[in-house]
Amino acid sequence: MTAELLLQSIQLSMPEIILAVGAMALLMVGVFSGERSTSMVTGLAVGVLIIAGLWLLLVTGTGSAFGGAFLADPFAKFMKVLILIGSITAMVMSVGQAREERINRFEFPVLIVLATLGMMLMVSANSMIALYLALELQSLALYVVAAINRDSVRSTEAGLKYFVLGALSSGMLLYGASLIYGFTGHTGFQEIAAVLAADERSLGLVFGLVFVLAGLAFKISAVPFHMWTPDVYEGAPTAVTAFFAAAPKVAAMAMLTRIVIEAFEPITPDWQQIIVFVSIASMILGAFAAIGQRNIKRLMAYSSIGHMGYALVGLAAGTQAGVSGVALYMLIYMVMTLGTFACILAMRKKEEGNVEEIDDLAGLASTHPFMAMMLTILMFSLAGIPPLAGFFAKYFVFVAAIEAELYALAVIGVLASCVGAYYYLRIIKIMWFDEATESFVPASGELKLVYGIAGIFTLGYLFIGGPIGAAAQAAAASFF
Amino acid sequence: MGLQAVFFYLFAFVAVASAFMVISARNPVHSVLFLILTFFNSAGLFLLTGAEFLAMILLVVYVGAVAVLFLFVVMMLDVDFTQLRSGVLEYAPIGALVGLILAAELIIVLGGATFAPEIAGSGAMAIPPLTERQNTQALGDVLYTDFIYFFQIAGLILLVAMIGAIVLTLRQRDNVKRQDIAAQVARGPANSIEVVKVKPGQGV
Amino acid sequence: MNELLGSYVPIAIFLGLSLFIGCALLLAPFLVAYRAPDQEKLSAYECGFNAFDDARMKFDIRFYLVAILFIIFDLEVAFLFPWAVSFNEIGWIGFWSMMSFLVVLTVGFIYEWKKGALEWQ
Repeated sequence: MTAELLLQSIQLSMPEIILAVGAMALLMVGVFSGERSTSMVTGLAVGVLIIAGLWLLLVTGTGSAFGGAFLADPFAKFMKVLILIGSITAMVMSVGQAREERINRFEFPVLIVLATLGMMLMVSANSMIALYLALELQSLALYVVAAINRDSVRSTEAGLKYFVLGALSSGMLLYGASLIYGFTGHTGFQEIAAVLAADERSLGLVFGLVFVLAGLAFKISAVPFHMWTPDVYEGAPTAVTAFFAAAPKVAAMAMLTRIVIEAFEPITPDWQQIIVFVSIASMILGAFAAIGQRNIKRLMAYSSIGHMGYALVGLAAGTQAGVSGVALYMLIYMVMTLGTFACILAMRKKEEGNVEEIDDLAGLASTHPFMAMMLTILMFSLAGIPPLAGFFAKYFVFVAAIEAELYALAVIGVLASCVGAYYYLRIIKIMWFDEATESFVPASGELKLVYGIAGIFTLGYLFIGGPIGAAAQAAAASFF
Repeated sequence: MGLQAVFFYLFAFVAVASAFMVISARNPVHSVLFLILTFFNSAGLFLLTGAEFLAMILLVVYVGAVAVLFLFVVMMLDVDFTQLRSGVLEYAPIGALVGLILAAELIIVLGGATFAPEIAGSGAMAIPPLTERQNTQALGDVLYTDFIYFFQIAGLILLVAMIGAIVLTLRQRDNVKRQDIAAQVARGPANSIEVVKVKPGQGV
Repeated sequence: MNELLGSYVPIAIFLGLSLFIGCALLLAPFLVAYRAPDQEKLSAYECGFNAFDDARMKFDIRFYLVAILFIIFDLEVAFLFPWAVSFNEIGWIGFWSMMSFLVVLTVGFIYEWKKGALEWQ
């Protein structure tokens, strides 16, 4: 690698470098100014993320860097912007809970920045080694964040479960990657695709593919690799769960999209079967298992499993329309999830602190009408009722599936979303028609802002959807 | 070639046998010791394929650090291993079934297919002949320049590991007296002795 | 390849020899030692107590912290070997690449130090 090439590479990966250097600087600021510096470090971390985002949007061009290991294309840019928004929002939402619970440590924002860095590298990863390293960087930070409230048994249990299963899935991914390397002789995605297009695919390669997809399915918590999700969502502090549900899902989905569309494009029928199965299983489990839940965080866990299933419908199509559907779905999913978690974080009672039971929402409409209104919009949207954003998200992936002649998948998806609508509607019924119990303390400003924006976004998507859809299409066009 | 084959089978056999002993040994300390034996034999296998650096790193990192940490845990931790093992027999058939299926699948795969033979030539990076460049040098030639990206991410992963270990385990104790050498040296009679005039019969 | 393996012959001989001596020392007593066991000889030594409880106990987590931090720096050092060996070949890029790696880990080291993770309170 010559100096000019290296300089070009550094220019292309500048947002990531900003995050890495920023995280180290924040660590130093935090450790030299003591334990009480958490709020300052959090503020600075948000600043670092915003600078990286602005640099990404305004300065960074497109191209491949570091000998093809790192790819900066419109798809990566779209997903990275989503990830940065998700991380910033989650960090802002965490401030209130950090003060109450024992997660107010300056390492928390630093780890979030490092996890975000890992996610951005995942999105840009263009070779198996880059993919694995980026994934490990992200996961390692997330394991720690899950257990950050180390004096709570539930939080440490969540961290341990996530760690053990995550390590297992990373192992599977690595094993698959080594098989793929063994049968193609390459780790770069384009080179793998070239070998696959030239030769007959061997059985061993399919095994590698299956292991890689299994490892990635774990990261997006798709059935049958979803078991950790409800426990981790329930056990981790709510602010952390809000983070988990948004940005890492976007990153893992983007990575999955890139690897199947770019590296395994010549063997589309092989991975399509797997994705179709995983998608159907996730949609059905997400719809049925959520019905009996009483804890709203567990409910959101099953809801996210279901939504990953819907997003995979678009990926299963494997077309440009499908990929742009996935990009759009992840955007809308992230907004809805962050808004819902802002409402969950606002469920605070005076004596008990944060509560998580669905029944605690009873009579919210009479005590907190604005929050009830926004949560109702978000629930309708999650259920996919027109003309809210969630409907359009589902509409585009189903249309892509039908265009790709995956009729059964689309029909099962529509049926599953009908079943799924039940439990979202149940929450709305509890909020509007049940007798009010003890009311929540007023939500803090930043939470109001988050669920307000999320609610208005989902409500007004009909009017602002055009340019967003165009951006998603432009992102998807980078593959085709 | 004959001697090489003898050593290959020796290392491979001992590695598999001791790996089996790792999971079947009754005493967890013995398990870890067998694990160390497995590492040693794997290092021998690496050596036979010419991967000298990997063999040595396996010994330095895995035997020197990781296995010691494992030993630490199993020797010190308050875990009742007989109780832990009580459920093993119940689940043994299921575990054996899963293992058998996996093994059968792998045999089918490896029996029916061969690794791409042209890898050594067509891969991303050809292996230089040993007479020209030693294994460690060949790694060093590319790791810090061509693969600088991977190398720097590895550094960041180590940083996260460091932060994580401290965040999750370090506790600040309040009532400990730390050594402060500067303060101790600076201490003199002027700021440590107080002369008090005591009137007889009144006490201090 | 054969030259490489040839350079390990002394180690192979050494291992074989130590294996032989170890086994010989273990087996020799069975073959040559005079044995006349009786009840008293096989029982515990008179002054010894029976153990009060298990040797395992809840253990301070700081021990693990030290071990984990050791592993991390061990890995860091492992990266230094190939760098040192091919130092002449990799030029300034290789040099600064390692420097930035070391800076990242030094940041971690300063963090550890300031946090007091290296002190045995």
